Amino acid sequence: MSLEVDVEHVRGSFRLQAHFTAVPGLTALFGRSGSGKTSIVDIVGGLIRPQRGKVVVDGQVLVDTACSLFVPTHRRRIGYVFQDSRLFPHLSVRHNLLYGRWFVRGNGGAAAKLDHVVDLLGIGHLLDRQPDSLSGGEKQRVAIGRALLARPRVVLMDEPLASLDEARRAEILPYIERLRDEAGVPILYVSHSVAEVARLATTVVIMADGKVTAVGPVLETLPLVDASDGGSVLDAMVSRHDTAFELSVLTTVAGELQVPRLNVPQGAPVRAYVRARDVMLSLRPPEEISALNVLPGRVAAVTPVAGAQADVRLDCNGALLVARLTAKSVERLALAPGRPVYAVIKSVSFERT
Amino acid sequence: MTAEEWTAVRLSLLVATTATLASLPLGIATAWVLARGKFWGKSLLDTLVHLPLILPPVVTGYLLLLSFGRRGPIGAFLADEFGIVFSFRWTGAALACAVMGFPLMVRAIRLSIEAVDRRLESAAGTLGASPLWVFATVTLPLCLPGIIAGAILGFAKSMGEFGATITFVSNIPGETQTLPSLIYTLTQVPGGDAAAMRLTLVSIAISMLALLGSELLARRIGARRQTA
Repeated sequence: MSLEVDVEHVRGSFRLQAHFTAVPGLTALFGRSGSGKTSIVDIVGGLIRPQRGKVVVDGQVLVDTACSLFVPTHRRRIGYVFQDSRLFPHLSVRHNLLYGRWFVRGNGGAAAKLDHVVDLLGIGHLLDRQPDSLSGGEKQRVAIGRALLARPRVVLMDEPLASLDEARRAEILPYIERLRDEAGVPILYVSHSVAEVARLATTVVIMADGKVTAVGPVLETLPLVDASDGGSVLDAMVSRHDTAFELSVLTTVAGELQVPRLNVPQGAPVRAYVRARDVMLSLRPPEEISALNVLPGRVAAVTPVAGAQADVRLDCNGALLVARLTAKSVERLALAPGRPVYAVIKSVSFERT
Repeated sequence: MTAEEWTAVRLSLLVATTATLASLPLGIATAWVLARGKFWGKSLLDTLVHLPLILPPVVTGYLLLLSFGRRGPIGAFLADEFGIVFSFRWTGAALACAVMGFPLMVRAIRLSIEAVDRRLESAAGTLGASPLWVFATVTLPLCLPGIIAGAILGFAKSMGEFGATITFVSNIPGETQTLPSLIYTLTQVPGGDAAAMRLTLVSIAISMLALLGSELLARRIGARRQTA
């Protein structure tokens, strides 16, 4: 299942011009607010009619202005999860979940059974409640379930976690991961949180001022993000847990990483998100320091950024790591492409997003 | 109470119920168009709907007589083609009541439609509901309290309608003599005071029951939406 978007839309002084293709999995639309992420999702969902362009989901053309084709929202078979859950207040959770069922004709899409979705999202105990009585996190899980049960061909999520606090976010993220890995429906996910995108995305589409500035796999594309919490992503596997010190040891191509203990079994695949400003560089192997993680690598590129700082991109045995340093440090260590360095990362700088 | 009085009470209830139920679908449709529609002449329609509220009832009754009377353009057509006669029949009284209550009904329903969160409607659309289904399964249930309020207002207005009714269909005992018409008649004859008083009490009782009923209904709907 694939998704192809190529649209142009002008509204007031804002001009949206976007073209990207997404592979199966979760495609994250990333950018500051006002960069046009939600407009893209609304165009795919049929809530906005683009002035020019084409949207194709899984081989079916939803919009093609060249031949005046516009499939109305209710015939698109999309599952839209809004930032505000938008559950129907006059229906119980069960009937909210089953709402989309009434209108699905024929087969195809995700074979979504109520029991299966209820299990996936852990909402079995909520079925007979009214939406008013649910917490924010519960509402959002029900909203995701409702979208899935409409047997969508593509799931759209517009900052589904933005209105929730940290704890509720942590409660829902695993469900979205399972959805990405198990349901087999492509997901278009809007977010402005780098950590969320790092954890969830298969493909990242970076947007700025209505334009797509970069598209690609998350490991290569996310380090291009220019944000205060920008950084790099390492694919990792949990090799063991250090119960004495409450740490987990991850294996990555760049080397071993020790992070605060994760609540996942040994051998589980995880993603480690390393913020650029948490990475320190040393020219010699550091001795007698507190930081537990030292990864050898070579400088691949030095990119100056605003405020007399620079992003130093490292090649650590094939993995990309980004360190944000002051321009002064770059000069002092004479950092230039090819130079061997050691990246130092404190274990406590890792957060479980 | 005398047989004549009972007849008037029964007739009033029949006329008011018929007027309310018959005008409700049109009232909902009109309210929806006024709440959501964007078209040329919307304010004209709005004014037209509100006209019976500001015109003297006698004028409305006379206009009904001119258009829906046996010789009026609409009245003659309906009588010849479908055999439906309004003039000097209880159906005419129901028509007069429906017209007089219409602005109140539309107003209440329109306000409740405007209060419906449109984001819920677009959410229903993304789940596969066509606009008509969205209306039936989301808009309508959410504005049900407003619809009930509108219907009760229409019913109450119909129970008390006098001017337009008596002008259009006169005051014929057993056919068009509703509760207000009979009270009026009784106040015009010597010794009718006691009967007029009885009917006044009946009138008050019916109005209060209608209000109480709507209150209970609204509360039941409200309770259903609360924490189960």
